[in-house]
Amino acid sequence: MTDTTNSTKPASSDGIFARFLRATELDTRLLGMIGALALIWIGFHMYGALVNGFGAFLTPRNLWNLSVQTSSIGIMACGMVLVIITRNIDLSVGSILGFCAIVMGVVQVNILPAYLGLGHPLIWVLAVACGLMVGALVGAFHGFLIAYGKIPAFIVTLGGLLVWRGAAFLVARGETISPVDPTFSKLGGGPSGAVGATGSWIVGALGCAAVLGLIVFGRRQRVKFAFPLRPVWAEAFLAIVGCGAVIAATVLVNSYFWPRGIVQRYAEAEGITIPEGGLFISHGYAIPVLILLAVAIVMTIVMKMTRFGRYVYAIGGNPEAAELAGINSRMMTVKIFAIMGFLAGLSAVVASARLNSATNSLGTLDELYVIAAAVIGGTSLAGGVGTIYGAILGAMVMQSLQTGMVLIGFDAAIQQVVVGSVLVLAVYLDILYRRNSK
Amino acid sequence: MTAQTPLVELRDISISFGGIRAVDGVSLDLHAGEVVGLLGHNGAGKSTLIKILSGAYKKDSGEIRINGKPVEINSPRDARDHNIETIYQTLALADNLDAASNLFLGRELTTPFGFVDDAKMEAETRKILARLNPNFKKFNEPVSALSGGQRQSVAIARAVYFNAKILIMDEPTAALGVHETKMVADLIQELKASGLGIFLISHDTREMMDLCDRVSVMKNGQMVGTERVEDVTEDDILSMIILGKNPKAAA
Repeated sequence: MTDTTNSTKPASSDGIFARFLRATELDTRLLGMIGALALIWIGFHMYGALVNGFGAFLTPRNLWNLSVQTSSIGIMACGMVLVIITRNIDLSVGSILGFCAIVMGVVQVNILPAYLGLGHPLIWVLAVACGLMVGALVGAFHGFLIAYGKIPAFIVTLGGLLVWRGAAFLVARGETISPVDPTFSKLGGGPSGAVGATGSWIVGALGCAAVLGLIVFGRRQRVKFAFPLRPVWAEAFLAIVGCGAVIAATVLVNSYFWPRGIVQRYAEAEGITIPEGGLFISHGYAIPVLILLAVAIVMTIVMKMTRFGRYVYAIGGNPEAAELAGINSRMMTVKIFAIMGFLAGLSAVVASARLNSATNSLGTLDELYVIAAAVIGGTSLAGGVGTIYGAILGAMVMQSLQTGMVLIGFDAAIQQVVVGSVLVLAVYLDILYRRNSK
Repeated sequence: MTAQTPLVELRDISISFGGIRAVDGVSLDLHAGEVVGLLGHNGAGKSTLIKILSGAYKKDSGEIRINGKPVEINSPRDARDHNIETIYQTLALADNLDAASNLFLGRELTTPFGFVDDAKMEAETRKILARLNPNFKKFNEPVSALSGGQRQSVAIARAVYFNAKILIMDEPTAALGVHETKMVADLIQELKASGLGIFLISHDTREMMDLCDRVSVMKNGQMVGTERVEDVTEDDILSMIILGKNPKAAA
């Protein structure tokens, strides 16, 4: 029963690599992106090692920071995938982020303490809820104008880009609001905004369990409906690589320790004497990274396993067919933009918590990085094609390039030239890939 | 006309687009186990009339009865609730989705948790396509990778799977080769024998004479006439299409 479709081809006519791909059913695009990412990482590290005498890229510290810096753009890219799949665009996400950040800042610094008292444990919860709600409402409003007003998404969100940036200024008269609630600021990462060594191993164990569970469940489903199965060695390979990646990431985040100054202050506050060799406290996974992971998992489930996700792809593939199949594509557009706005609000939480302040310029130009991340990750502007994991990998590629160039000392002008060129090149390679795979 | 209640009665249907009456007071009926062909030039109003029945357009005036009962059809969903299935000329497939996703689009099978049950849908798709087109193998590829005939199989499977009682086929053989056209013709006979009522739209008069029980001709949004195929020649039909006059009525 194994591989009935493939058995007709003589195995010798294909290379080992082609057979490996067929057996594991891995997406060649995914492998390409991981390969590109690895190349970028190793390239920057080698350049640093050879030219500057110190390879700073492949260090726990840099990779940990990279993961935190990717979070904000990555969270929004998950929503942008849906928007672009349905042949729309959202240019306003950076401004929505700024607006939500200011609203949350005002709520937690100027409004709530007056009623609840400074440092009340509910402050951060209410502030976050406000930010997410404002984001979702702004997004839904854009979606409403696009779907029911028939105004092109480009125009609505271009207007939104200006309107919400201006509105962010008006809410706080241009002031920077700082510092934010101490619990709230943990959502942005940093030594106190990470889950520590034990917490990270729990996350890692859950990750491995999920990998194994998915493989076993997938195989059982195929047996149930008598579909062709993957060979056992391919399943084992996927399990080992999947769990290996999770464990490696956990070891990595656990080998980035708190800076000495912070350890000193922590030890004094807790009354611990620092031992001879120094006290090493692991960061572990940063909270914003866990937020990104949660968003990615939820959105992947939505896209792959729910009717909503199926309709998103159907509308992108053929809007007329979707309409004839009884899909309410106008309501879908409103919902998709509401999700995008909600995720922009969530990014605002991460971004303003990380800065420990809310400024009205927060998120400027983010829309372009978010769109670039989605497109580099394989989302087609023609609609109908795109994945969540692709968008997150795209965000990592963008962030790795920027971080890498900072580390090896390229100035801002060169960074812009490189990032812009990479965007165009990535889309060109994608077009070539799609043409050849047909 | 038989005494039996028709499956579908369209009465005095009209619709206008920007001042042009695309369908102007047209009446037509369809019985169970009958194939009625709709003929006419491009722009005669055939597709528009049929889209009113399938819920894609909303009529301005007139009445639709199903099994003698007046019904309101305002959306494709309403049409489906009355067991009306449509195979559009464009096939209305989402090219980026696979056969199973297209077949169940808008009516996905779900697991008890409310998630789409892809494995079940693929299994059902394999079953129905094995019956309609045994050569169909590409279940895991987007339908853009399929040939015209395979795409047509998916569109037909969608109508057949959901137990249509009334089937609308808009140019079902326009994009097909000889062998595939034969397949569709056989299928129409099979569905007819099982008691479905079928509206068939085509430009091919010869084919219509073979497949249909009755043919209706439209011109400029109006009904020229409806005749049993035994009672007319191909030339009669052609003159109805071109001149817009029913030679039998004139005689």
